[in-house]
Amino acid sequence: MTDAPTIRVEGVSKQYGDAFAVREVDLTMAPGECVAMVGHNGAGKSSLIKLMLGLTTPTAGSVRVLGADPASAAASHIRRQVGFLPENVAFHPSMTGRETLDFYARLKGANRRDNDALFERVGLEPAAVKRRVGTYSKGMRQRLALAQALLGGPLVLFLDEPTTGLDPALRQSFYEIVRDLRDAGTTVLLCSHALTELEGQADRVVVMNRGRKVADGTLATLRGLAQLPVRIRLTMPDGNVVEMTCANDDKVETVRRIACEGPAVTDIEIVQPSLDEMYAHFLRREAAE
Amino acid sequence: MNTLLIIAAKEVRDGLRNRWVVATTLLMAALALTLSFLGAAPTGTVGVGPVEVTIVSLSSLTIFLLPLIALLLSFDAVVGEIDRGTMTLLLSYPVARWQVLLGKFLGHAGIIAFATVLGYGAAGVALSMGEVEIEPESWRAFAAMIGSSVLLGAAFTAMGYLASTLVRDRGTAAGIAVAVWLGFVLLYDMGLLGLLVADGGKTLNADLLNWLLLANPADTYRLFNLTGFKNVSLFAGTAGLAAQAQVSAPVLLAVLAGWVVAPLALAVALFSRKQI
Repeated sequence: MTDAPTIRVEGVSKQYGDAFAVREVDLTMAPGECVAMVGHNGAGKSSLIKLMLGLTTPTAGSVRVLGADPASAAASHIRRQVGFLPENVAFHPSMTGRETLDFYARLKGANRRDNDALFERVGLEPAAVKRRVGTYSKGMRQRLALAQALLGGPLVLFLDEPTTGLDPALRQSFYEIVRDLRDAGTTVLLCSHALTELEGQADRVVVMNRGRKVADGTLATLRGLAQLPVRIRLTMPDGNVVEMTCANDDKVETVRRIACEGPAVTDIEIVQPSLDEMYAHFLRREAAE
Repeated sequence: MNTLLIIAAKEVRDGLRNRWVVATTLLMAALALTLSFLGAAPTGTVGVGPVEVTIVSLSSLTIFLLPLIALLLSFDAVVGEIDRGTMTLLLSYPVARWQVLLGKFLGHAGIIAFATVLGYGAAGVALSMGEVEIEPESWRAFAAMIGSSVLLGAAFTAMGYLASTLVRDRGTAAGIAVAVWLGFVLLYDMGLLGLLVADGGKTLNADLLNWLLLANPADTYRLFNLTGFKNVSLFAGTAGLAAQAQVSAPVLLAVLAGWVVAPLALAVALFSRKQI
């Protein structure tokens, strides 16, 4: 596969009446890239995903997914290669888990013989598969939702708040699946407001606020941009803890000085600004502008 | 084509699961059987066959009942799925919007067709087991009644779909469905009657009246069943009207079919532009 971007969003705005849901957003994503989109409710994350799925058409700008306009009539074939896990996923309550996945597999032209493997992969028990979706717990529905998103081995995967309602163990296996897919060359877009959870999962983070993209880059780049101080926590031999802060660029120098010239310490702990803090920072900066 | 069938099949299975199919079929069969037994009673001295009696009473009942069932089944079809969030997921699949709408419509219209054919067919079987010999002409009229009933059901299903696509709120769609039923089934004829009386035959001639009747699928259905066959119209007391009516049976059927196609085409056009 070439490294041509699978998703290209250029200058896209989406207006509902007078209100902008998305405003002048540019975004490109490459194969095998996992991008986390963060932002509070109503920041335009879901609106952007709907645009990329072709469920809505942009007021301005252009959207290209796998080289085609997702809202065009010819987009049917590209949707075969797109997986989507919606926020607040809903299924027909009177169908069983197996019937539901069969139905979606037929629509996607995926082989239904792979469904058992899919159920196992997302951790849905054979007993649960035979039950009606109406009796499912939130976690089970979410697993079924993930299973349908993985149908047919998608090249692009949109996951909107995928881990809400999942227990920590399942959350881990969920991110494992996402990592496997990414390593296999799938473009993954993860939307969440559980920021701490995304650390270490995403190659890149996009921060959205009020429909605008406020920041875009790797965690390290964002750290550099945010210029948030790094906290260094020293544990003294007598058990006291001293905390000091320094700029990210001075971190190494500071630690070296403490080790060589400073007093004897039993432990050094370096606390990088978390994604939560950086997110708060970008929102503050946006508000100040 | 395949996608259409997949979606239609899902809709039918939904109908089976939530007992819509069973309930509708039983209701239709119960009413049809009751009417056919009642209809069998006064024959002999009156000189009309039991089938004709059944056709007249059953088609009059169909006009009230079938549109109601069709609208109840269909008003939620689009707006409900958007509301619950299942539409978003469905449209992210490799399906065209017209396939979604048409597939669902085929499923719902299929349920109505099934219930009508089976329910009214049961009455036909009951009639054929009676003592009176029934002429082939009467059977043709009975079959035409069942067929046009299916068309009438499909027409109101299509209008339900249009209502469902038109609005963003389930309550509003339900309101429109009730209004459509009230308007076409009850108020239209009353209004027409009032107009005829008030006008006193000055400007409203037979031609114009024909057109006004065709502008309502329920009246088109009535016209088709009560004037289409001589024996039936004699009994229904519409023989005079039948002689006046310049609209032939095939045209009436075509108009009914038009009442299926036009709302559906409009719904598809609206749905294709809808921002979900």
